[in-house]
Amino acid sequence: MRRLLLAALVALAPLGAETIVIQNATIMTVSKGTIKNGSVVVKDGKIVEVGEKVMIPEGATKIDAQGQYLIPGIIDCHSHIAGDGGINEGSISVSSMVNIKDIINPEDIAIYRALAGGVTTANILHGSANSIGGQTIVLKMRWGKDAQQMIFEGAKPGIKFALGENPKRAGNPQGRGANGQAPVARYPATRMGVEDTIRTAFNEAKIYKATWDEYNAKVAHGEHPLAPRKDLQLEALKEVLEGNRYVHVHCYRADEILMMIRVADEMGFKVRTFQHVLEGYKVAKEIAEHGAGGSTFSDWWSYKVEAFDAIPYNAALMAKAGVVVSLNSDDAELMRHLNSEAGKTMKYGGMTEDQALAMVTLNPAKQLGIDNRVGSIEVGKDADLVIYDKFPLSDYAKVQKVLIDGTVYFDRDKEVSAQAAKDAEKQKLLDKLKQQNQTTPAGGRRGGRGGE
Amino acid sequence: MVLGCAMAAAAAGNEVILIRDADVYPVNGKAMKGVSLLIQDGKIADISPKIVPPKGARIVEAKGMRIYPGIIDSGTELGLSEIESVRETVDTGELGEFMPQLKALSAVNPDSEHFGVVRVNGITSAVTFPSGGRGGGGGGRFGGGERQLISGQAALIHTDGWTWEDMEIKRSAAMSVNFPSLGGGGGRRGGGAPDAIDLTPDVAGANGNARRAFDEQVAKLNEFFDNARRYQKAKAAKAPGFEPDLRFEAMLPVLDRKVPVAVSAARANTIHEAIQWAKKQNIKLVILQPREIGKAGPELKAEDVPVILGRVLALPSTEDASYDEAFTLPSEAYKAGVKFAFGTFTNEFVRNIPYQAATAVAFGVPADEALKAITLTPAQIWGVADQLGTVEKGKVADLMVTDGDPLEIQTQIKHLYVKGREVALTNKQTRLNERYMNRN
Repeated sequence: MRRLLLAALVALAPLGAETIVIQNATIMTVSKGTIKNGSVVVKDGKIVEVGEKVMIPEGATKIDAQGQYLIPGIIDCHSHIAGDGGINEGSISVSSMVNIKDIINPEDIAIYRALAGGVTTANILHGSANSIGGQTIVLKMRWGKDAQQMIFEGAKPGIKFALGENPKRAGNPQGRGANGQAPVARYPATRMGVEDTIRTAFNEAKIYKATWDEYNAKVAHGEHPLAPRKDLQLEALKEVLEGNRYVHVHCYRADEILMMIRVADEMGFKVRTFQHVLEGYKVAKEIAEHGAGGSTFSDWWSYKVEAFDAIPYNAALMAKAGVVVSLNSDDAELMRHLNSEAGKTMKYGGMTEDQALAMVTLNPAKQLGIDNRVGSIEVGKDADLVIYDKFPLSDYAKVQKVLIDGTVYFDRDKEVSAQAAKDAEKQKLLDKLKQQNQTTPAGGRRGGRGGE
Repeated sequence: MVLGCAMAAAAAGNEVILIRDADVYPVNGKAMKGVSLLIQDGKIADISPKIVPPKGARIVEAKGMRIYPGIIDSGTELGLSEIESVRETVDTGELGEFMPQLKALSAVNPDSEHFGVVRVNGITSAVTFPSGGRGGGGGGRFGGGERQLISGQAALIHTDGWTWEDMEIKRSAAMSVNFPSLGGGGGRRGGGAPDAIDLTPDVAGANGNARRAFDEQVAKLNEFFDNARRYQKAKAAKAPGFEPDLRFEAMLPVLDRKVPVAVSAARANTIHEAIQWAKKQNIKLVILQPREIGKAGPELKAEDVPVILGRVLALPSTEDASYDEAFTLPSEAYKAGVKFAFGTFTNEFVRNIPYQAATAVAFGVPADEALKAITLTPAQIWGVADQLGTVEKGKVADLMVTDGDPLEIQTQIKHLYVKGREVALTNKQTRLNERYMNRN
């Protein structure tokens, strides 16, 4: 029933890409400053011209953005939407064989809501229940498309690691299970154990990689050796060692961040991003030296012990130390106003407009290795664009239109004007349900509410 | 946690301060440009174009700056909850079904790091609530006993002070009652299905059971209120053998309509039931955290029942609701003529209450009305409009001096006064920032 309503109520899939000119907008390009009254030409899903004056192609659809603001599509470097409700394979300490890609639910309404908040790309991560979690995937919010078509083509895949309170929770189980037995503790139970788990896994991965390297060398020499056994758990870590898979590390405290850097140095791989990284400001120098990015919250704090030294100046302090910093949501609600979250770095830490906006556009694009495609308004980049009615780094602003690959996927005017029809359709369905209930004897009913 | 106490260096309470050449935004009237404001004995002693500084007055030059009343958050757990996930630091949820005698005020920790954090964003007072119950400290968060029906007295407090007595504005601002919900879920955390589905006729199904459970809970509440009334009569009649009872004693101001009952009600039908119940009981009512106004709008207006809106930046309550359902709720309340104030209901987000108000503006509430909903309106709802909520002569000097519109994220607060004391704009977080900014 819910599905049926949903399908009926949500805007239908958008039309195909056409040639579009967005005119008279204040264009915040992020990489090349702000154009006060400019236009952007979009063709075949790409940005083909940006400037105060542009050549308007014949037959182009014009969008008048008089008095409005145009920014690149927002990129969320840490999200769990579209994860089909289960993103934590927490039964083992190293779950590197599982992949979020396999469970993408393209009908998750959170995708549409994120889109309505200006998000065009999101990094969908495994949960933080284990030291080494599952594989991750980058999606574009192409609402209405299937799971395969939502995947950001060409974006390097990643893997989630987790440090601190979350991965050690299963080592310290609370209470008793349903049968009255104490639940079995899963290693690790401490930050020491988290370090050991990661180091041990990479020790094995290196041995595994050496076996394969040796085999491949023999094959290259024309020999015919027996292939080693494929191990899907170690395969993902081998990809990390080869630089073919990004490591995104969930972390809070400075000590565990530094530990992770040292273990990565020792094992010969790079951490791509530290996620949450609420105490990143304490070891910003070390993070910058390692070359990792930092993806944090603007001002979340105090929800647990390891979040008690979180400060809203974190993003600015890390940025000043030379870290590429993004602001993420980790939350389907926060995801809808990352624009104003970016504004907070101007209040706390004195970032400029460009620096602030980059934290939800160009910087996350860099962190995900997709800045050649998205993250700024530049000729040749994907036409992932958001129109706001007001200065976007503020909660006074609301999203008017969102384009992905040059196609309008969200249009507030249409959304508002379609509401009455949606309400009427819903009422019709409910009336029908009511009628069905009245004609069906009590107790003999199947499905519907209460029967789900 | 490592750093010292958060108490701002409060100067002597009766310092005389003259703020010169500021633009005063009183909230209940037009802005006054380039005027001076005198603070004396913790009160606003004068506002006029020219004030001769009294002897010994400290002068604050504020050319180009604005003066607003301090912000009031009408729904918090400030002082009662420090780290959400650690039960030892949480004192919101007690055991016991009917516990009206519990007072949030005397459990407020004046040195909570949260006070310093919210002050720097201009929040000078807040209502702090005991919540849902189930014991274990955390309002059901940590499991434990039965859900409470009455969880105690919410307090209106200043966000600065040496002791909770010093912080007290109103020790009993509201009686926190957990009115049952018709739509499933309910309680402090909201929830519940929309009306349209609730009204689906269902004789023996889930809705029938929900209705029965609802009626049982209301009957229990009524029984307790009836007993409190009998107690009141017995006390007034000086009946022989009368013995004081702390629980019923705590109910007397509620029965006398001196203290409102605060009820979380997400759905219009639950709001309707709560209003009808309050009418029958002849008590004052405040609705907390509605998720819809809809059909309840006219009734809320007619019965003059105010609402405390929860977080504006919230997800829609159901999968098929419009994406901006929560964003447009304040404008729905405004258009229906319902008196509304804002609350954040999570300590972590108290400092963002001005930005929640800004979102309400983006989605249809006039800017001055949104500002009222975090200043004057809550002062009226909590019965302290004679002391707080506007910049007016004679009121308590809870003031913020800003470099711009307080609902705009980039605006910085330059000075903050609580009861006429200038409060340092520092806290645990600014100190950590200073410290690590200079790390080598």
